[in-house]
Amino acid sequence: MNSRTEPCFVKYLLISVALIFFGLFIVLPLACVFHNAFAKGWVFYLKTLQDPDALAAMRMTLIVALVAVPLNLIFGVAASWAIAKFDFKGKGLLLSFIDLPLSVSPVIAGFIFVLLFGAQGYLGPWLITHNIRIIFAMPGIILATIFVTFPMVARELIPIMKSQGNEEEEAAITLGASGWKTFWLVSVPNIRWGILYGIILCNARAMGEFGAVSVVSGHIRGLTNTLPLHVEILYNEYQSAAAFAAASVLALLAIITLIAKSAIEATIRQGQRQN
Amino acid sequence: MKTGKIWVLVMAIILGLSMITPAMAQNKVTLLNVSYDPTRELYQAFNKAFADYWFKKTGSVVQVNQSHGGSGKQARAVIDGLDADVVTLALAYDIDAIAQKSGLLPKDWQVRLPNNSAPYTSTIVFLVRKGNPKNIKDWDDLVKPGVSVITPNPKTSGGARWNYLAAWGYALKKWNDDDSKAMEFVKALFKNVPVLDSGARGSTTTFVERKIGDVLIAWENEAYLVVNQLGQGEYEIITPSLSILAEPSVALLDANVDRHHARQIAQAYLEYLYSPQGQEIAAQNYYRPRLQAVAAKYASHFPKVDLITVDKVFGGWQKAQKTHFADKGTFDQIYQVN
Repeated sequence: MNSRTEPCFVKYLLISVALIFFGLFIVLPLACVFHNAFAKGWVFYLKTLQDPDALAAMRMTLIVALVAVPLNLIFGVAASWAIAKFDFKGKGLLLSFIDLPLSVSPVIAGFIFVLLFGAQGYLGPWLITHNIRIIFAMPGIILATIFVTFPMVARELIPIMKSQGNEEEEAAITLGASGWKTFWLVSVPNIRWGILYGIILCNARAMGEFGAVSVVSGHIRGLTNTLPLHVEILYNEYQSAAAFAAASVLALLAIITLIAKSAIEATIRQGQRQN
Repeated sequence: MKTGKIWVLVMAIILGLSMITPAMAQNKVTLLNVSYDPTRELYQAFNKAFADYWFKKTGSVVQVNQSHGGSGKQARAVIDGLDADVVTLALAYDIDAIAQKSGLLPKDWQVRLPNNSAPYTSTIVFLVRKGNPKNIKDWDDLVKPGVSVITPNPKTSGGARWNYLAAWGYALKKWNDDDSKAMEFVKALFKNVPVLDSGARGSTTTFVERKIGDVLIAWENEAYLVVNQLGQGEYEIITPSLSILAEPSVALLDANVDRHHARQIAQAYLEYLYSPQGQEIAAQNYYRPRLQAVAAKYASHFPKVDLITVDKVFGGWQKAQKTHFADKGTFDQIYQVN
């Protein structure tokens, strides 16, 4: 079984390098966030999180994620279904367009919406005369978030769907199932873990997005701030402990995301073993 | 199914959160004040006082929402559609820009309120570390080699433009209005600037939290805030021999307040800044008040300093902006060569 030939010290050297790196770049900053968050004690920590502006920011972040994630889920499943199961002209182009938000800087993503919906933008004057607010309001923040998290679900699903091939769907259709029925009873169950995985990643990015949202938010306290923007505001007001308390909520979200991710991976492995 | 359970959980969290937040009162009026960076503390106090005053006077509840950032950036956001009722920015030029590019208010907005629509003034001072280790006394000390100077980017920050013009004005006085000497002086000063933040608050953070630089060129009010709230005894304020009279301006945006049916309250809000109560709050937050009575009361806060004005030395903000901060202005020439 043991076929490793390298000397012991190499093994320990590699392990310790990896551990030091991990500690320095991941554990230490994370510990710092929580250390600073509780610098003024539990009572202060809870108090800052109950501040009306902090609550408004959390609510905003949740609402934005609740709208952006389902929409990207629908798009992601549709796009990956089309790309993985069918051949059509322009497939490569569609694939690159899905990846576009990953390669564009979030600030640019924000400015795209300012150019489109801003008062000096293409649609701005019409929106203002009809009293519709998109930019510097919740719709703009949601749009920017959707743009940035656009590829998350599709990127997860395309490889899974491709590796599964078309046999099961073809079998279902030969047996007389309709396309819709095939999709719900054959395709979706096969990718359910991929979907969940995609949702988690998409959600984490949606809640954590700073750059694009910062451009379109207008930074109105209690109204258009998301949690990441709220962290920046508190920090700029020299309220370090409060800023880190809010940041710790985001860090907690990241940790929960990681746990959920590993839980799903474990379930998938178990499922594969049973098969 | 498991996903169903997750959704129920998420919905429950949202419901819980919305219950914690108080329901919106029915006859509550809201105003949006788009302001610049260092006024956070001032307007926090002022909005509370104004809400009390307005409630006693009219019986209706007013909530003033705030947005803060670099002055130029904030003006840009208002031009792009940030729905402000009033703007309280660092300099008249930024409000001029709103008037020119968006037409939300008339171009002669500055004559609509007393004192050039600037209810309080400020000036530019130096903040140094305890004991003043580099012995900085005046503008000349900022161009010495080895002195690290922190100031924000004049392209985006109103405060930075005041800093820039104050330095330029000092050099003009020293070399008898020789513009090329002044440019050399300011260029030497910017050689000593390691980082340009986009707003005054960012620069203060760089100086205080990141501990970069020997001297911060800052608003007087910002310098006091640092000394009083952040580091008792850790910093010292140095008032140079000559500085600039900064007139942060305020205006209501006609098109927006009319659309919101909020003209009356927006006007009252700005006028309250000129009232004894408003002036008192300004002075408490280290803005120099216009009212003599209040100024006398807080005289010890504000050392006498030789103040130049943009109108007299630079021929007004329009001209100053064009010469110094527009594309290919003196700042671009200075910073490019660096």
